[in-house]
Amino acid sequence: MAVMTYADAAKLAIAEAMRADSRVWCVGEDLGRGGVFKQYTGLVEEFGPQRISDAPISEAAIMGAAFGAAMVGTRPIVEMRFADFALCATDELVNQIAKARFMFGGQSRAPMVIRKPVGMWRSSAAQHSQSLESWYVHTPGLVVICPGTPQDNYSMMKAAIACDDPVVYLEHKNIWALEGEVDTAAPAEIGKARVRCAGDDITIVSWSDAANVAEAAAGMLADKGISAEVIDLVSLWPWDKRAVLDSVAKTRRLIVAHEAVQVAGFGAEVVATVAEHGAPLKARAKRLGAPRSLVAYAPNLEDQLRVTADMIVDAALSSMEPENV
Amino acid sequence: MSTGNFDTETGLARLTMMERIRAFEEHARIAAVDEGLVLGAIHLCIGQEAVATAVIESLRRDDYITSTHRGHGHTLAKGADPVAMMQELLGRAGGCCGGKGGSMHIADFGVGMLGANGVVSANITIAAGAAHGVKLLGGDQICVCFFGDGAANRGPFLEGINWAGVFDLPILFVCEDNQYSASTLTSDMTSGDVGGRARALGLHTVEADGNDVTALAATARELVGRVRETGTPAFLHAKTYRLDGHTYFDPATYRPEGEADAVAATRDPIMKLRDALAQAGVAAGEMDVLRDKARAEMTAALDAARDAEWPADGSVFDNVQDVGSPVREAF
Repeated sequence: MAVMTYADAAKLAIAEAMRADSRVWCVGEDLGRGGVFKQYTGLVEEFGPQRISDAPISEAAIMGAAFGAAMVGTRPIVEMRFADFALCATDELVNQIAKARFMFGGQSRAPMVIRKPVGMWRSSAAQHSQSLESWYVHTPGLVVICPGTPQDNYSMMKAAIACDDPVVYLEHKNIWALEGEVDTAAPAEIGKARVRCAGDDITIVSWSDAANVAEAAAGMLADKGISAEVIDLVSLWPWDKRAVLDSVAKTRRLIVAHEAVQVAGFGAEVVATVAEHGAPLKARAKRLGAPRSLVAYAPNLEDQLRVTADMIVDAALSSMEPENV
Repeated sequence: MSTGNFDTETGLARLTMMERIRAFEEHARIAAVDEGLVLGAIHLCIGQEAVATAVIESLRRDDYITSTHRGHGHTLAKGADPVAMMQELLGRAGGCCGGKGGSMHIADFGVGMLGANGVVSANITIAAGAAHGVKLLGGDQICVCFFGDGAANRGPFLEGINWAGVFDLPILFVCEDNQYSASTLTSDMTSGDVGGRARALGLHTVEADGNDVTALAATARELVGRVRETGTPAFLHAKTYRLDGHTYFDPATYRPEGEADAVAATRDPIMKLRDALAQAGVAAGEMDVLRDKARAEMTAALDAARDAEWPADGSVFDNVQDVGSPVREAF
C-alpha cells in the first residue's frame, strides 16, 4: 500500500485505466497544464494531447461532445472544473446523457465519468462552492459518487471508469491534498458504504468531506464515552441502504451530516428510508446540513453554513438524552 | 438511362426516397389525426424531403447522423425500417426504441442514426462528439448533423461548431432551414444570417436551394467528399420550407394566407423533381408507380404498427442503468 493524496489517487486510477484501454480519454479546460487543481499533472506527457484533451470554455460542448464520442465507442472522462460550471451543461447531462440509453430503447450506452469538484473551499463564494449531489440523485440514469478519502477516490474512480453507465463523480475541493493509504487491490464496488468507525450507541451517516468531519466527531464522542458508528455512503446512487438500516437496528439512533443545503438534501432521503424501513429509534433522527442560504466570500460568513464536528457532537449528545424521544 | 445532363436513374432513386418520406409522414398524420394512434406530438417534414434525400445519398451506412424533433425523413433516408419507425410512433413493442422514445427520440444505431432530439440545438454538440470519437478511434466515417434554423439561436450551435473547427473533425453541419422556429418567423428572431455565423467560425460554408434535390445532391456530394478527404468540418445551409405546421396539430395560422399553398404550387421538391424527370423524358405513369409503391409500403407499415402489441409494462425499468437499476432496487 502506498500513501498518496486524494488528487493523486484518482489520477492513478485514471492512468491505469488509460494504459489498459485506449478508448479511455479525458477532456476539459486546461487539462494539458494539469487541470485547475493539478489533478491531471503529468498525464498529457504520458498519453498525449488527444487523450488528455484541452477544451474551449464550452461546458455544453465538453459534455455534449464527450457524450457523442461515448455513443460511438470511446469512454470519456469529462472534467467540469467546478461543479457549479457543470450547470452550463445541464441539458447535456440531464436531458441527453442520463436518458439516451432508455429513450433509444437500449441501442446506446453513455459510459462516461463526469468529474465535478464540489464544496466549500477557501472563500470561493456562491458560484464556486456548491454541493448539488441531490440534484443528480434525483435524475434516473445517473450514478452518483462522492468519495471522501484517497482510498475511495482511487477505488471509485476505477469502478466509475469501468462502469457502462454515466457516473457523476463529485470530488471535494477541500481535500485534494488529503493523504492516506491506498490499496490498489481493494475491491471497488459502487453502492457499498464504508464504515469509517464502528460503534454501538449512535449511527452517523455522511459522505464526501463531511464524512471526515463526522469521523472527527466520532473521536470526540469516544472521549465522552459515546460509541458512534460513522457510515460513509461513498456513493449516493446507488446507496447502501442495507448498511444504514443494519447500523440503525443496532444503535437505534441516527444523525445524517452533509455539507449541502439541508432542505431536500440527500439526508432527507436517508432519514425517510430509515423511518419507512428501519427499526424504531430511541431518539428523533437528526439532519445536519447547511441552512438554506448561499455560500459567502467572507470566512466568517462562509463558516455560518458549515457543519462542524462540534455540531455533530452536540447533536449526538442530545440524541443520547433519555428525554429526547 | 440519361438524357442530356440529367441522370434519370439517379433522379428516380431520389424520387423514390422523397416519395417514401412523404408517404411515411402522410401515414403518420393519418395515424395521429384520423386514428388517434400517435399519442404524443409529431413534427412532419413534408416539403423538406429533398434535404434528407440529397445529403444522405452520399453517406455510407456506417457514417453517422444526428437529427432533430423533425427527424423521420433523416431516419428513413439513412436506411431505417419504416415498420419499426411506425411502431415507435405508435409506442409499440417492436418500435426501434421499444416504444420508449416515440417520434422525438427515434433512432436506429444499426444504420448510424444516433437519434432525433427533443431539445432544439442539443444534437449539434453530440454530433461534433460523434465525429470526435471517430477521430480518436481512427475510423474513416463522417458525421452529418441535421438541425433547423431555430437551432442557430441556441448556444450549442456556437459551441458545437467551434468544437468541430478546433479539433478538425469530420462533420458536415446541415442547417435545414424551413424558415420557422416553431410558430415564429426565424428571420424575425435572428441577427445576421446563419451561413455568416458558420463562416465566422472558420467553416467552409455553402448556401443552397433545399427544394432542388438534384442541385442539392451535387453540392452535398462535394461537401461530404471534402469532409471525408480533409477530415475537417463544413457547413451546408439548405433553404427549404415546412409545408405543414410545427406539429401535426398546428394549423399554422400565423403564416401569411396562401404562403404555404404558393410554395406547394411552385417549389414542392417532389413536384420539382417530377418536372425535371418529365422534361428528361420519364413518363408520368412511371413516376406515379413509384409514388403508389411508396404509399403501399407505408400503408403496410402502419398496418403492422397498428397490429403490434404494447411494450411489456416491466420494460419501463429496462435500460435505465446497470448500477442502481430500478429493477434491482428493493425500495
